[in-house]
Amino acid sequence: MREIIYLEAIREALREEMARDPKVFVLGEDVGAYGGAFGITKGLQEEFGEYRSLDMPISESCIIGVSVGASLRGYRPVAEMQFGDFITCGFDQIVNQAATLRYRYGGRASCPIVVRAPVGGNVAGGLYHSQNPESWFVHRPGLKVVAPSTAWDAKGLLKAAIRDDNPVIYLEHKYLYRRAKGPVPEGDEIVPIGKAAVRREGGQVTLVTYGAMVIASLEAADRLAKEGVDVEVIDLRTLSPWDKEAVFASLEKTNRLLVVHEDVKTLGLGAEISAVVMEERFESLDAPVMRVTYPDAHCPFSAVLEQHNLPNADKIVEAVQALARY
Amino acid sequence: MPSIKRHKFKLTDEQLLEMLYWLKLIRAFDERLSILVRQGRVRSGVYSSIGQEAIVVGTCFGLHKEDYICPLHRDLGTFLMKGVSPGVMMAQMYAKATGLSKGRDSALHSGVSELGIFGNTSMLGANTPVAAGLALTYKLEGRDNVVIAYFGEGASNTGDVHEAMNFAGTHKLPVVFVCENNVYSYSVPIEKSMAIEDVADRAEGYGFDGVAINGNDVLAVYQATQGAIARARAGDGPTLIECKTYRWHGHSEHDPAFYRTDEELAMWKSRDPLPTFTTYLRSREVLDDTKLLEIETRVRQEIDAAVTFAEDSPHPEPGEAVTDLYA
Repeated sequence: MREIIYLEAIREALREEMARDPKVFVLGEDVGAYGGAFGITKGLQEEFGEYRSLDMPISESCIIGVSVGASLRGYRPVAEMQFGDFITCGFDQIVNQAATLRYRYGGRASCPIVVRAPVGGNVAGGLYHSQNPESWFVHRPGLKVVAPSTAWDAKGLLKAAIRDDNPVIYLEHKYLYRRAKGPVPEGDEIVPIGKAAVRREGGQVTLVTYGAMVIASLEAADRLAKEGVDVEVIDLRTLSPWDKEAVFASLEKTNRLLVVHEDVKTLGLGAEISAVVMEERFESLDAPVMRVTYPDAHCPFSAVLEQHNLPNADKIVEAVQALARY
Repeated sequence: MPSIKRHKFKLTDEQLLEMLYWLKLIRAFDERLSILVRQGRVRSGVYSSIGQEAIVVGTCFGLHKEDYICPLHRDLGTFLMKGVSPGVMMAQMYAKATGLSKGRDSALHSGVSELGIFGNTSMLGANTPVAAGLALTYKLEGRDNVVIAYFGEGASNTGDVHEAMNFAGTHKLPVVFVCENNVYSYSVPIEKSMAIEDVADRAEGYGFDGVAINGNDVLAVYQATQGAIARARAGDGPTLIECKTYRWHGHSEHDPAFYRTDEELAMWKSRDPLPTFTTYLRSREVLDDTKLLEIETRVRQEIDAAVTFAEDSPHPEPGEAVTDLYA
């Protein structure tokens, strides 16, 4: 199978969905002739016209509000936040407007919008081009949240998100744009929302992660295998609703769980997964659930400072060793 | 402010009487709601439009079925005029299972897509970008439908209203922005929240026309709206209509409105849109005592029936608190 990079996979999903369904359109800052800050929408305006790859003013709230309005008339807008950090400027339209719409309409309407947000650090982004906002949206009923780690999933999950009848936050990791290269099927291959993937099978420790941390986790697992520690790496892919069954099934084998994420520690996905495992699978645990995460700190610009904060293979290896010894 | 007279958009005698019916129905609905709140029958979420009915009637009258409205929290009457029955609206205020949101929320937070009604959140002004999105689809489809986006002078200070007007102006979207300037954003008078007298002046900054009119004159509102709608349908883009008005009650039924004087309230009550219009209709010999009685009887019966429907409707099942979260 041909191999393409993550960034191209996103573009391919957009182009195919726009060709398939005239109600699909993209809107955002610089997404028109320029093709987006990262080049994701390059060529779309040329192919589909001004209004289907629509340049918007610097008005994130308006970008998402316009998407909600269009969705109420049967459209499937894909809104691009230039950086995930800027999503705060459209926060109200996501959490109050889009997320509650079906509920407050008594189930008589839905809001099928996708908000694409380039997230994550390790790209010299500093405070406002590096953040990981997933917990804010996972915390909000009415939204779905996905975070692909491979080119295959980047395409398949975006297609699933566009076809989903709910508002979906699609978190694309900037570190993976050009680094994640791999086989991607041509045409309609959907990656279902809500299904995790086992990236590496193992029997001693379950490592649950997503996004760019899948790469660091797999590197750590390779190193640990050489020491005789057998790690199973689960890529959640969807953060809301996350795949409990996949985590539980792995835990039955390993009885040990480590959660790794780039988001900060407090009330991150790790806290939720840990709590659910305590409530529902306490008997399966031979050791406390542990976490490797960003510290509760901002995303500094200096490489020295940023590397201090970012989780990496070294930190993961250390945590797995401690967990295996417990 | 322009005086009441018929402008270029002609209305038949029947249409004028229909306008009077709507004014009276909306007034009666709000008056009954106030009583129901005081009786504890309706718990909260009541934002009376008494004093502002001419804006609702003047803007909604004559809208096409596929035209969309994005009302503000005080515009219950727009739901009625767009086709939701008084019974369903009353059930919505009662938080009954038969209300629009099935008891999930009261007030006007629920919409009806088939009737072209958007239900906003409590975040004032947040409906305007949605209005721009709806209007964008009309433009893309080459339809001649319009969207009416309502907001108060208070919400005109939000970023959302600015963003929506800027975007709508840029693409000449078929939106009519209706600012209901009722002097107070909750307790804060307009001079404490903006440096200009007329919100309408802001339109110039977005590249379209703004006009300030007497919002208590239903015909003035109708004429201005019809003019704006005609421009929008023709592809000439948005208009901002600022309707100067005043709310008689507090921000909500729980607000005693101590921040204003009795004299100010009395002055505005003397500009009550209903008797002004009634007097006009009598002077034109469109209305007589018999017709007035007919309308008032019909309104009373419909409100009574709405209350009975809401009272008799079931509460939602408790489990409905966690359904309809996802499609």
